Amino acid sequence: METDRNELMKLHRTMLTIRRFEERVSLEYARGNVLGYVHLYIGQEAVAAGVCNNLRIDDRIVSSHRGHGHSIAKGADIKRMMAEIYGKKTGYCKGKGGSMHIADFSIGMLGANGIVGAGMPIAVGAGLAAQLEKKEGVAAVFFGDGASQEGEFHESMSLAAIWKLPLIFVCENNLYASGTPARYAVPTKDIYTKAESYGMPGVVVDGNDVVAVNEVARELVAKTRKGGGPVLLECKTYRWHTHFELAPFPDLRPKEEVESWMKKCPIAAMEKRLLAAGTSEKEISDMNNGILERIEAAVKYAEESPFPDPEDALEDVYSS
Amino acid sequence: MRRITYNQASVEALQEEFRKNDKLVHMAEDLQPELFEEFGGDRVRMTPISESAFVGAAIGLAGSGFRAVADVRMATFAFVAFDQFVNQAAKITYMFGGQAKFPILYRQRNGLGASAAAQHSVNPYSMYMNVAGLKIIIPSTPYDVKGLLKTAMRDNNPVISFEHMELGMVEGNVPEEEYTVPFGKASIMRRGSDVTVVALSLMVYHALGAAEDAGKQGVSVEVIDPRTLVPLDVETIRNSVAKTGRLVVVDEACKTCSAASEILSVVVEDADTFRSLKAPTRRVCGLDVPVPFSPPMEKYAIPDRERIAEAIMQVAGFKS
Repeated sequence: METDRNELMKLHRTMLTIRRFEERVSLEYARGNVLGYVHLYIGQEAVAAGVCNNLRIDDRIVSSHRGHGHSIAKGADIKRMMAEIYGKKTGYCKGKGGSMHIADFSIGMLGANGIVGAGMPIAVGAGLAAQLEKKEGVAAVFFGDGASQEGEFHESMSLAAIWKLPLIFVCENNLYASGTPARYAVPTKDIYTKAESYGMPGVVVDGNDVVAVNEVARELVAKTRKGGGPVLLECKTYRWHTHFELAPFPDLRPKEEVESWMKKCPIAAMEKRLLAAGTSEKEISDMNNGILERIEAAVKYAEESPFPDPEDALEDVYSS
Repeated sequence: MRRITYNQASVEALQEEFRKNDKLVHMAEDLQPELFEEFGGDRVRMTPISESAFVGAAIGLAGSGFRAVADVRMATFAFVAFDQFVNQAAKITYMFGGQAKFPILYRQRNGLGASAAAQHSVNPYSMYMNVAGLKIIIPSTPYDVKGLLKTAMRDNNPVISFEHMELGMVEGNVPEEEYTVPFGKASIMRRGSDVTVVALSLMVYHALGAAEDAGKQGVSVEVIDPRTLVPLDVETIRNSVAKTGRLVVVDEACKTCSAASEILSVVVEDADTFRSLKAPTRRVCGLDVPVPFSPPMEKYAIPDRERIAEAIMQVAGFKS
């Protein structure tokens, strides 16, 4: 089944929302309005958009430290996301989590995670929940090439395969684990080939081509829903920003490499595709303007929201 | 009243709660046959030796509306999954602003005295006490292990149960009828007026023996088992010390930064209790050494009845 124009527009909207949201976060970080460790997803939007497009609201995802894109693609409210990034009381986590710990359990977003690889075991539990619920639900976990070298990758792939869980492992291979190149820190050329060792299918896709990601994910998710067991999907992609938004943080990646990947921008490619499919430039720019308005509103909401009271630090250590 | 072993009581706790609540799922290396036969393979899962994966899976399962029991068997095996305990389970409720509940019971067998050498002889509960967000129970009797495990399976937070390996075959009175034991309520095992002894886990039995020895020399000893370390029943301990003016804390763990250290602190930092002290407080703890294998050395490293009795007589004879 081909991706039709409505679906293309939907994928484009998701990617563009992520891009504009994060551009603004980056700007506000530079202005000093946002603090802490902020890892941006810019350049990788096609992965979150393409995978989450095939998930139901009651499917669950677990994300990484670079999690804004996954939250947006799963349907999170960008106002509450922005408020959380600003450390405000109205944020998703009441200001207790910040950029690295955004979650929205009401839409099956089980949280970003600041520890590389640590989301995978949690996703095994989400996959087990989906299996026990018997509603053809699935879980998906997003992680990078760096996490593929964690022991938890091995344990989680293995356990998910043993239990035949409905779980999609989405490896976003952006070629760098913080500053360490995958060509150094990953012993094999590809990561998806590891799937075979666990008796599950491994698939690779161009992670900058949202239509390709969408179509591969559609097929894999459908099989997994029907009891096909876990699968490893490697998406080859690239992040444009440094590991995180810290001005003096050195970027040791070759300039030409960064530029060549920026030429493979998933959003620019999609615009071309939309124009070729008969979408007008106005439609595209209207969408962009609409997104910018929503982001402006999200920033306003975050700025105008109150900070938590200091004593709020004592709440939520335990659930009642 | 009927007498059953600590192990039997703990199995009963699980059976009763699993019958009541079909959301409970059990994960452990090695199968618990009583549970597997009654509740089947969906809810009673055998795991590979992948502690990070199933300790983390408990979190994902709990965050998806289930209730998890994850049994790592020996406490020492939990170290390889430490991130999932201290960075994930402990913090996830808080980091996400309390938007989801994580009802999990983790079980760990702790303790010295089995000639098991350094790596298999551990009492790591104070490490977990130092991480906010976990509840910690340390039952010493068959009655308490059943009642506390049942409470743990109804709690909406991650709870770690430390069960001393030497307690498994200890027999005690356990009623046929249903009961639970609340968290944060110490048990006064023996009433006395001269010295308060707070003892943990297996040490409760040694402390009771030492109290008897001291009694023969005219010293009346009150023995308190806190039963839960987080929350800790500070009030019962302070009230006892206010009455006796003397305190000995007995803990099999290494002395430095132990649960015993914490118990001493909460007693002496209270001005009224401090003023009631008639003697310096004492800790009787395991030696600060990795536990040696050979029996004479291991025995030397563990607090015993004689050492506890000596400490009791010393504080009882202290002239202020």
